[in-house]
This record gives sequence, structure tokens and C-alpha cells, in this order.
Amino acid sequence: MAMHGMRGLSVFISDIRNCQNKEQERQRIDKELGNVRNRFKNEKGLSPYEKKKYVWKMLYIYMLGYDVDFGHMEAVSLISAPKYPEKQVGYIVTSCLLNENHDFLRLAINTVRNDIIGRNETFQCLALTMVGNIGGREFAESLAPDVQKLLLSSSCRPLVRKKAALCLLRLYRKNPDVVNVDGWADRMAQLLDERDLGVLTSSMSLLVALVSNNHEAYWSCLPKCVKTLERLARNQDIPQEYTYYGIPSPWLQVKTMRALQYFPTIEDPYTRRTLFEVLQRILMGTDVVKNVNKNNASHAVLFEALALVMHLDAEKEMMSQCVALLGKFIAVREPNIRYLGLENMTRMLMVTDAQEIIKRHQAQIITSLKDPDISIRRRALDLLYGMCDVTNAKDIVEELLQYLSSADFTMREELSLKAAILAEKFAPDLSWYVDVILQLIDKAGDFISDDIWFRVVQFVTNNDDLQVSAYILGEYSHLLARRPGCSPKEIFGILHEKLPTVSTTTIPILLSAYAKILMHTQPPDQELQSQIWAIFNKYESCIDAEIQQRAVEYFALCQKGAALMDILAEMPKFPERKSSLIKRAEYSEADTAEQSAIKLRAQQQPSNALVVTDQPPANGATSPVPVGQLSLAMVPSMITTEDHTSTDPASSQQNGSLTKVDPQHPSADLLGDLLGPLAIEGPPGATVQSEHNAVSRLEGGPDAVDGSAIVPVEEQRNTVQPIGNIAERFHALCLKDSGVLYEDPYIQIGIKAEWRAHHGRLVLFLGNKNTAPLVSVQALMLPPAHLKMELSLVPDTIPPRAQVQCPLEVVNLRPSRDVAVLDFSYKFGTNMVNVKLRLPAVLNKFLQPIPVPAEEFFPQWRSLSGPPLKLQEVVRGVRPMPLPEMANLLNSFRLMICPGLDPNPNNLVASTTFYSESTHAMLCLIRIETDPADRTQLRMTLASGDPTLTFELKEFIKEQLISIPTAPPQSPAPAPAPPPAAQATPQIPPNDPAALLAGLLS
Amino acid sequence: MVNKQGQTRLAQYYEWLTLEERRALEGEIVRKCLARNEQQCSFVEHRNYKIVYRRYASLFFLVGVDNDENELAILEFIHLLVETMDRHFGNVCELDIMFHLEKAHFMLEEMVMNGCIVETSKANILTPVQLLEKT
Repeated sequence: MAMHGMRGLSVFISDIRNCQNKEQERQRIDKELGNVRNRFKNEKGLSPYEKKKYVWKMLYIYMLGYDVDFGHMEAVSLISAPKYPEKQVGYIVTSCLLNENHDFLRLAINTVRNDIIGRNETFQCLALTMVGNIGGREFAESLAPDVQKLLLSSSCRPLVRKKAALCLLRLYRKNPDVVNVDGWADRMAQLLDERDLGVLTSSMSLLVALVSNNHEAYWSCLPKCVKTLERLARNQDIPQEYTYYGIPSPWLQVKTMRALQYFPTIEDPYTRRTLFEVLQRILMGTDVVKNVNKNNASHAVLFEALALVMHLDAEKEMMSQCVALLGKFIAVREPNIRYLGLENMTRMLMVTDAQEIIKRHQAQIITSLKDPDISIRRRALDLLYGMCDVTNAKDIVEELLQYLSSADFTMREELSLKAAILAEKFAPDLSWYVDVILQLIDKAGDFISDDIWFRVVQFVTNNDDLQVSAYILGEYSHLLARRPGCSPKEIFGILHEKLPTVSTTTIPILLSAYAKILMHTQPPDQELQSQIWAIFNKYESCIDAEIQQRAVEYFALCQKGAALMDILAEMPKFPERKSSLIKRAEYSEADTAEQSAIKLRAQQQPSNALVVTDQPPANGATSPVPVGQLSLAMVPSMITTEDHTSTDPASSQQNGSLTKVDPQHPSADLLGDLLGPLAIEGPPGATVQSEHNAVSRLEGGPDAVDGSAIVPVEEQRNTVQPIGNIAERFHALCLKDSGVLYEDPYIQIGIKAEWRAHHGRLVLFLGNKNTAPLVSVQALMLPPAHLKMELSLVPDTIPPRAQVQCPLEVVNLRPSRDVAVLDFSYKFGTNMVNVKLRLPAVLNKFLQPIPVPAEEFFPQWRSLSGPPLKLQEVVRGVRPMPLPEMANLLNSFRLMICPGLDPNPNNLVASTTFYSESTHAMLCLIRIETDPADRTQLRMTLASGDPTLTFELKEFIKEQLISIPTAPPQSPAPAPAPPPAAQATPQIPPNDPAALLAGLLS
Repeated sequence: MVNKQGQTRLAQYYEWLTLEERRALEGEIVRKCLARNEQQCSFVEHRNYKIVYRRYASLFFLVGVDNDENELAILEFIHLLVETMDRHFGNVCELDIMFHLEKAHFMLEEMVMNGCIVETSKANILTPVQLLEKT
């Protein structure tokens, strides 16, 4: 049954196609959703044909990016339809709409199993495909033996077996124990003798997954892979249907060579010889042809062969053959081949002795750095970074610097980071290094991350050649004073220009630098002195204690004159450790080519010109951030300045530059958590806590208790540093349902959540990132009184590289803003790590946006009259934002904006349903009146049928409007915020149209 | 699969993303790919993933892969899908895919499972699809 049989569906698709704009499309879709919803309400009257039609419509709507939050049951129910067309639709749509944790899916497990063990092979295929795409752990436990049987069965046809192979792969990923069966490896090896190429292709993917985890068990498969490759590449012994432009299944060839790359070596001489013969044939026999498809396919095989040769560390002769090929590739016109040539050359760097031959292509690679295609430029940058050593560092770094001024903004941070690392590692002499860093600051100051600042400080202070000194950037003037453009004043100028845009943690370092520049300027420069003193003066009343202390101290020191040089000179050395920049680079990208370059970087010997001494820290501190140590060096003067440390909010407000701090934090990206390893976002903890403090201070009144209750959660007593900012991760997860909750070098805790009315089902993914087990794993739930939480058993040990899933059931009993905390601990080696993590089971998760038409809204609004069901409050200190942004913010918390209800365009009206056991589904109505003349204040009115809900929701929304997760602690809000009483009287002038309207509405 | 106005015509995920995440991801990668010209390569790096894409008249085929894939093999796999659709529809175009979304899905499902290639013979791919037409 095809779609042309479904007229209604064709009409709908035509309508969508004819929509002139997004708004029309939305209207058409809303209409259709309403229609489908209505039809499903009376399910009994629906024929299977109709059901099928509606389910396709749902899929279509979902594909266009609209939420389809109903009808899942109907899609799943089609799976048990007796006829093929309905059943097929059921299976396909279910695997598109649902995920593995969906309750409905579990309901279908028996039907699915019956199809798998049944005799109808088309049904078997459908069921295997769906389980292969979305089957979860429970499927793995109940279906694995059946699927294995199908895969190995001699009576089963290939069309079923090929699907069984990939289905088993899915189940294996959900539960690795499914192949912990005696003799499984031998059966796997037998499977590779398969003649059918479909089954062989699928089985090879299964093998790749198995050997990538544990190649030891599958040695017997190695000769079989070589045989398969021989069969394809040499004998071309395959059916015509499987050749692609004359090439025997390029995909199977590639997959087979991929599997071979997971075995560390090939010991058997015969197998090795056979393989090398095949590889040699591929390397020599691949010609450039006119037909694009044939060319691509043959080069796909060629590149895979190159990778395998590199992996096997072949004889030198074959290696130079490979480099020669790659050298040819990076210079061709075809951009795809150029890109892959650069990428594979970067991998080649890992091969012993290859570096020297690669260096011959340096000029060509530098040309690629200016390629019009950003994909190619990135590859060239990685390659240059990887191939840099003492002999070519000067050339390469200077090229990078030159390129920096014209590079795309998206590449500048990475470029400057890489240039800084290379300069540090391979500098032939100190003045060159300093010169490079100064150029970096000059050309890309805005793109330089804090890590570079810290590292420069750390590096220069560590250096033996600089014993005179603790004057960090001040030192530069000493070395460079004779060059044009490098007078102390000019250096001060360059640095000071950056001050308004650097983060709070960097300001103290700049202040130190100023002090040092000043002390080092002989003869003294009066103008410079008064300029710098004025800056110290300004920061003496800064709200940040560290900055304030520095400013006060330096000011005092400067007054005392040159005798105090000694105090500054007593700088302790930093212990040598892995450069935090390299660590950062490791996190910033997980690209394999990139990582190989970094690994190589780490192995290479640095130049001798700038050896960082390895000396234990004098004071025993181990913080990698130098700030703490710098301040320790200043202990003597602290006593005298203690009385200056009280903060003066009034004057801190005048400090305009401070309010703009920290624009370089990567913006909270919607997908960042899911798709990427997170870049380090500065040390967590300190800033976060002060932010919470700031919030609770702002709120005052009854909220202060709640505000401070969550503060200790961020407390870190561990030596293991988390990766990324815990608080930011939490805030991100409050808005979305999956992502990373916590990460450190050993573990990553991911979370996936589903919310249905007052129930929530969360799954914690505990992933061990190491090759050693994590032990004494403990997870303790500390639920607030309004949540019932049940965490399934957490295993005591997480095996190496394994991921454990722990479901957590949540029931919301009543409205509250309190937050649940997970007390999590584990042991790795001698490290005992304990973290307390807030869980994103927050109030807005129990909201369901619902549109309310005007004819229902107004009667509801009127019927809920006055406190405690309807509360009104004037909120001040609101983060100023345009109205659409505020609407988006509310939407993201599942409050549905109802446009058109309020005639005043400055107002927002929203509605939502709140679910809890005590309130059941309860409608909440919200109205926000903004003042276009003053965006920092607004009036909010909230109504619902439950007084606690009204209050809690009001406070919740208020928190969102006042605070921002990434806001600097010194937000420009009026510091002594008037504590807004729970029910403040409206203070809007009587001639305000909004006030008049409010009268009408209430 | 998107047209040159950036409208999605077929989407299949092998890793679960929420609707918002899908919307954002599709928006980002479509913007990136549509801005590129013929002289640029078919690979775009996006976060930790790589997009391998190919353009046919008004349609763009985009495949997101991790770093363990052979890019050119994926590029030709796209072409294999197009040839398979061609064999079935005869000169396949955007409208064929729009109005026969179910068939496009069936074909894809016969070719890819759980993100792995399951079949590359056009005849074998199309057999179940044709079976469906007969019923």
C-alpha cells in the first residue's frame, strides 16, 4: 500500500508545500494536529488504514520539526496489526518517534519477540530492524539469544540474518554480556566465511564493534578478514550486484580494513605477507579516473589502505610510498582529496621516522592554510601544529601569527592557542618567545583565553633565566625596551587596552603586571606612574576581594618605593606539570587526527632554550592556577591592609569595566553538552557560589533561605577537578532533557530524562573514562520533601570504559522550588572523589505548555480573584531584555505565550499546566506587564487554583528573570535591591495604560 | 535530506535527540553546508562530528558521522542511495521523496540500520519495497 492511496495525506503534503511562510505552515500543522488528535480520541472507530494514514502524518509533522506529543500509543499499537502494510508503518514510525526508554516501547516487547521468533520472515526483518535501531537494555536481556540463533541459523535466509547481525550489535552496545557466550568468538570467525555479501557486510560491522572493545578474544577472526579482503580486492570474486563502478563493494573493503586496524600486530608471517600483497596492490593500482563516483570509491579504499599500512608500521619503503602519495594528494585540485590528504598526513605523524619526510611538504601545507575552504584550513592548521619541532618552529609559528590577522573569527582562538603552545615548547630563545606572545596579544587579544594568560605567567615565572624577577609581563619591557614600539608605556598600553574585556580572574594578574612595569621603569616615568596609581585607586574598592587586595597592596607598595622590589622578587617557582594549554587543547577537540597530533606533541622533546624546572612547590600548594600562589607570595603585606577590605557597593558600581567581564566564555550552546567534549570553562565553584550568594542577597526576604540552601552543593573538597562548570551544566539541563551533568578526568555522568505529567523517569549514565575500574561507587539521593525518588541499584564498581545506566523514578507530590541533590562518590586509585550534584528535577519539568483561547482565558482569570490564588508583584532588578527574548525564555520553561490576548504589545500572557500528586493537572495563568521605558522592572500577576502553586511558580519565574546562569556576580542591578515583599502593592502610575488594562483584566 | 531552501525532506537519526536539539542541529548544519560552493570539499566539521554532504540539483543529502568513518565511502554511499531511488522512481526528484516519504524511509531502512550499512545491492534493497507495492 503506497501513499498515493492515502489521499488525505497527499493533500496535506501539498498544502504544506504551498505555504508561503513559516507562520502559514505552523497554522496548517496546528490544524492537522488538532484533527489527528480528535480522530485518535475515538480510537475504536478507526480502521487500520486510517490509523496508518494519521501515523504517517504525525511522522511528517515531526520531521518538519514540530512537537508531536500524542499518538505514540497508536503508532506502537500498529506493530501488532496482522497485516504487513500496517505492521511496517507501526515499526518504522515507532523507531522514528520513540526512544529506547519510552514506556510504550516496553509494552510492545512481547509482540516484537513473537515477530522475531515467528515464521514470517518479512515480520522478522521489521522487528529486527526496529530493535536494531532503538532497542534498549531490556530488549538486550530478553531477545539476545533469539537474535543470535537467527544470525547463526543455516536455515534462515540472508535477508533475515544480515539484520540479525546489526540487531545483535545494538544489543551488545546496550549490554556487552550478550556475547559472553562460550565459543562465541569461533562462531564469529565462522560467520566471516559467509558467501552472501549482505550478511558479510553486517557481520563485519559487528566484528568492528567487538574487536574495538576486546581484540584479544577475536584473534581467530584476523586471518578471515585478510581472506575476505583478498577475495574482494584481488580475486574480485563477488556477484555483479555488489560491484560499484567496477569496484568490488568498496564499503565492505573499507570495513574489513577498519576491523584489521584494531589488532595491534599481525604475527603470522603468511597472513602478514598476504595482506601486504593486497595493500601494495591497492597503493600501486589506484589511478585517477574521470568518473567521479569510481574515483571516489577507489580512493575510499586507497585511504583506508593507507591508514592500515600506517597502523601496521610497515617497512620503510612502503611508508615512503605512502608519504609520497599523500604529498601528491595535498597538492591536487580536487578539494576532497586535498582535505583527506592533509587529514591522513596528520595521522602519519604518529609513525616513526615519517616526520622528516613530511617536513618536505611544509611549503605546500602552509599554502593550504590559506585555502578558500575552512575545512581544509583547519586540517592544515592541525597538521602544522603536529609537525612542528625545534627545527621548524620559528617558521611555522611566524606563519600562524601572520595568518592570525586575516583568519576567520571562528578559528582565532584555536590559532592563538596553538601558536602559544608551540612557541612555549620550541622557542629557540626567550626573547623570541616573549616577542611571539606580545604579537599574539596585539593581534588577537580578544581571542586569547584565560588559559593562555595563566600559562604565560606560569611559564615566565618558572624560567631560570628570569631569576631577577617576579614581574611577569613587566619583564617583557626589560627584554624588549630597546626595540621600537616596546617602551614600557606602549606595553602598558597594549595590556591595558585588554583590561575591560578580561575576566575577573585575569584582572589581578594585569594589576601585578602594572606594578612590575612601573617598578622596572628606570628612570621613573611620572605620567605612567600617575596612570597606574589611578587604576590601583579605582580597584581599591572593587567588590572582588582578590582584585581589591592586589590593588590596595600594590598601591601601598608603590608608595614605599624601590626598597620593596624584594617583596615582589620572592616568587616561588611553579612545579613543572603538563601545560594546562595542552590539556585544554585535548579537551577542545576530540578529533582523532587532532588527538594524534596532540599525543605526538606531548611525546616530543621541547627545545632546551626554555626548560621549565621541575621543583616541588615551596608552599606545598598544588593548584594549577597560579593566582593562589601569587597571593601567597604577598603574605607580609596583608596584615597592613586588612582594614581596607570591606566592600563599598556604591563605588564598585562606578567601575564600568568590571560589569563587562568575561565575554569569552563559550556561550551556552544547545548541543554543546551532547555532541562535544566540553572545553574547560574556567574553574567552577568560586564564581558560581558567589553568583548564588548574589542572587539570594538580591532576593532577600523569605527567598534567602531557599537561595542559600542550594549553595553548599557546589562545595568541592576533592583533589580531582571537574571538567566544565557544574552549575552551568545544571542550568542547561533545567532547560533540556539530556546532556552531561558532571564530568571529571575519570567519570562522566550523563542524564536523560522524560517527563510525563507528575512522573519523571531519569536515567543516569555513569561512564568510566579510564582503562582501570572505578570502585566504591556510591550514589545517594537527597530528595526534597515534595519529590518521591527511587534510584535503582548503582553497582559498586564500574568496569573500565564501561557505561552503567541507572534509572531514577521521580514523582512530584506538590509544588515546590526545592532541588534534589545526588551525593555521588567513587574511588579511583587513591583518589576519593565526592560530589554533590543538583539534579534537574525542577519545577518547570512538571509543566506542560497549553494554549488557552481568549474565550476560556478571561473567565478563568476572573474566577481566580485576588490572593492567595492570584498574586501580583512588582519585580525590580530584572535583567533587561527585549520582549521576544523574554517570551523565548518563558517558552523554554514550558510556559506557553498566548499572543493576542493582551492588547498591549508590551505585555505577555502565558499559560501552562502544572502536574503534581496533590494538585493533579492544574492550569496556571501568567501575565507580565513590562515598562518600555525601564526594562529593569515589570509587574507580574499569577493565578492558579492552588495557593502554594501560585506562590512557588511566581518565585520561580522571578528567579529566572533576575538571575542569569552566566551573569557576572557584580550584575548591574541596583546593589541594595529593595526586598520585594511577596505581595507588593503596584507602584505603577495611574495614567499608565498597562495599569488601566490590569484593572480590566483582573 | 534538505532542499536548497533548507526545508527538511527526510530525516533519520540513529542517536536519540530531543526535538529542540534536532531543530537546532539541523539549522546549524544546513546553514553551514548551504553556504558552501562547488569548489569546496564535501566535508564540514561540526563540533565533534563531520558532515559528509552531496548536492543533487535542488536537494542536499547530509550525513553526520563520527571520526571513525571513511569519508569518501560515505560520500559514495549517498550516491548509491540516490541511484537506488532513481531505479525505483525513475529520475527521482524532490517531489517523489515528499509524496512517497514512506518508500524513501523503507529504502533507507533496507540500506542502513543503527548507523551501519546493511545492504549495498540495489536489487536486494528494492525487493521488500516492491513486495509492499504488491500487497
